[in-house]
Amino acid sequence: MTSNRRSFLASSAAMAAFAALPTSTLAASKIKLGSVLDTSGIFDAYGKPMDMAMRLAVSEINANGGLNGQMIDISAYDTQSDMALYSQYGQKLVRQDKVDVVHGGILSASREAIRQTMRKSKTLYFYNVLYEGGVCDRNIFINGVTPAQQVEALVPHAMGRSGKKVYILAADYNYGQITANWIRKYVADNGGETVGLDFFPLDVADFGSTIAKIQKAAPDLVVAPLVGGAHLSFFRQWAAAGMKDKIPLASTTLGVGNEHKVLTAEEGNGIMVAYNYSQELDTPANAAFKKKWADAYGDDTNFHEIAVSNYQGVMMWAEAARQAGSVNRDEVIAALETGLSIEGPGGKITVDPKTHHATMDVHIMEFENQGMKVLETLPQRPPIDTQAVCDLQANPDDNTQYEIQI
Amino acid sequence: MDYVAVISVEVVYAVASLVLISAGLAIVFGMMKVINLAHGEFMMMGGYATITAVNYGVNIFVAMLIVAPLVVGLIGLVVERLVIRHLYGRLVDTMLATWGLSLLFIGLATMIFGNTTTGISTPIPGFTVGGYQINGYNFFIILVSIVLLVAMYAVLKGTRFGLVARGAMQNPEMAAALGYSPDKIYMATFFAGSALSGLAGAVLAPLVGLVPTSGGAYIAKAFITVIAGGPSLIAGLMSSAGLFGLVNQIFTFAVSPVMGEVALLIAAVILLRLLPQGVTARFLKGKM
Repeated sequence: MTSNRRSFLASSAAMAAFAALPTSTLAASKIKLGSVLDTSGIFDAYGKPMDMAMRLAVSEINANGGLNGQMIDISAYDTQSDMALYSQYGQKLVRQDKVDVVHGGILSASREAIRQTMRKSKTLYFYNVLYEGGVCDRNIFINGVTPAQQVEALVPHAMGRSGKKVYILAADYNYGQITANWIRKYVADNGGETVGLDFFPLDVADFGSTIAKIQKAAPDLVVAPLVGGAHLSFFRQWAAAGMKDKIPLASTTLGVGNEHKVLTAEEGNGIMVAYNYSQELDTPANAAFKKKWADAYGDDTNFHEIAVSNYQGVMMWAEAARQAGSVNRDEVIAALETGLSIEGPGGKITVDPKTHHATMDVHIMEFENQGMKVLETLPQRPPIDTQAVCDLQANPDDNTQYEIQI
Repeated sequence: MDYVAVISVEVVYAVASLVLISAGLAIVFGMMKVINLAHGEFMMMGGYATITAVNYGVNIFVAMLIVAPLVVGLIGLVVERLVIRHLYGRLVDTMLATWGLSLLFIGLATMIFGNTTTGISTPIPGFTVGGYQINGYNFFIILVSIVLLVAMYAVLKGTRFGLVARGAMQNPEMAAALGYSPDKIYMATFFAGSALSGLAGAVLAPLVGLVPTSGGAYIAKAFITVIAGGPSLIAGLMSSAGLFGLVNQIFTFAVSPVMGEVALLIAAVILLRLLPQGVTARFLKGKM
């Protein structure tokens, strides 16, 4: 997966500095939504469905009469999986296109490349990808799950079904390390013990020795926040060694890039995951969303969790603009900070005014025949990791990405 | 005791997989002095050839051992005719050209197969050794590597083609004077090298998640193994793969997989400082 996909946030909305313009000039103009996503290059597997989701959301809003009576115009740029292009197109969106909101960014690096540009130009920014948590900035709203939201739900469930001894295998960069810390914390909080912890660079594809080491440690459960195509090999080699039916597996990353469709049913069945969205969610909102997607793109399976997250981000912004009666940045932020909620395909999403992250449903799922079967839904989980370090109400000028100490 | 057996299997497997990923390069670089920076992409294409063939209903062993080497060998043949043959003896130019080829192959694979991970599952089930499960496929890879080394030795040492090829590598003018066309010999050798790269990619494909950029993961290890091995093709391959595989696995088990990789690279640096021409320039001189 795709490699660093953990650090992707995808929806950002930038509202340009429209505040000063008199309303009479606005009446004739359209609302401008800016989007920067990698729709080509090595991250396009994430970026393309996100772009499709953003366009779906905007065409849906326009078809229903627009936003406060105005149509939305999209200014979208393909950053070609090149971080340098984010800075360039970010500047272009705020200076030349003067957009009202920016949705975009996938990797954490891409978000950080444009976040300060958006903040300085007072352009509202939405980042809609699951990521490592900790960003504290009043100009940004984040709609992806953070590690604690997933791990808090996943670890107790998985331990309940297996046992107290846990072995952790994580990707060796900030996402993996932060997530591994959260897993250790929740294992201890639930009366368990972490019997082993290994980190792997993103290009490691040979897990034979690791599988032998795990067997020596004899855990009851393996939790694997591994990332990308090379790391997918672990799940394959685990099954090939015949371990799959001996020690249960859980992951916080597998499936976001539709990995459950790459692994065969025999390799994947039974792996436990926790996300905000699954295509198998049996809710009217999800059924309606899948129908809309199929009508627009002719296929209701070629998208994943972060595409849905991007859709929800655009819808969240639109709802706030409706309530504010304007796309003015400060008025939209004020509307969002009332603790606004929308009902998305993944369930109800609520803005957490303190952190500008999202409180959302987390679904515990199990791979079954290349799908993700929902076992249990934990409603309205707050972003507790970022809440521990960030309070934008007490500290509105904060502009930091905190490293969360556990 | 069981654990020792498991570790031993992993060590032998690590050595075997190094032999496998380096064999094609050893022929192309070791014999022909062509620095093939697209070696990793030849392996990647071998993987995709296997997966495609299996998806079309071909038996997986046929796909890995016959289809993939043939397909990649033919691609290698085209590449040799169009590009490489104009560049023999021009080391830096071949580097540039093959690097360009590697980018081209990544782009083509992305266009055809998409930028997503694909894969097939391993055809051999795992089995139990005492209290441990072992990946049965490891033994298949070990077997393929042994057969490969034996076959290479037999061809180079025992057949007329092997003799002529070795002669042409040492002294092309003399080979030409004796009535053999160096051009044809180079072509055939490059085909063989490409086919072996394709075989390696194919055999490793069921163990990994394949993406168009997968080749990058192999190229560094393959070059280190071939260069550290030195002038003798088979003895060099065996000695450097044996050393690096052992060092890698000892540190992997004792410390962590990251340290295993680090130890492999440090071992390579020390080895090349002590034996700049490779292991077989000092020991096992004159062997195959």
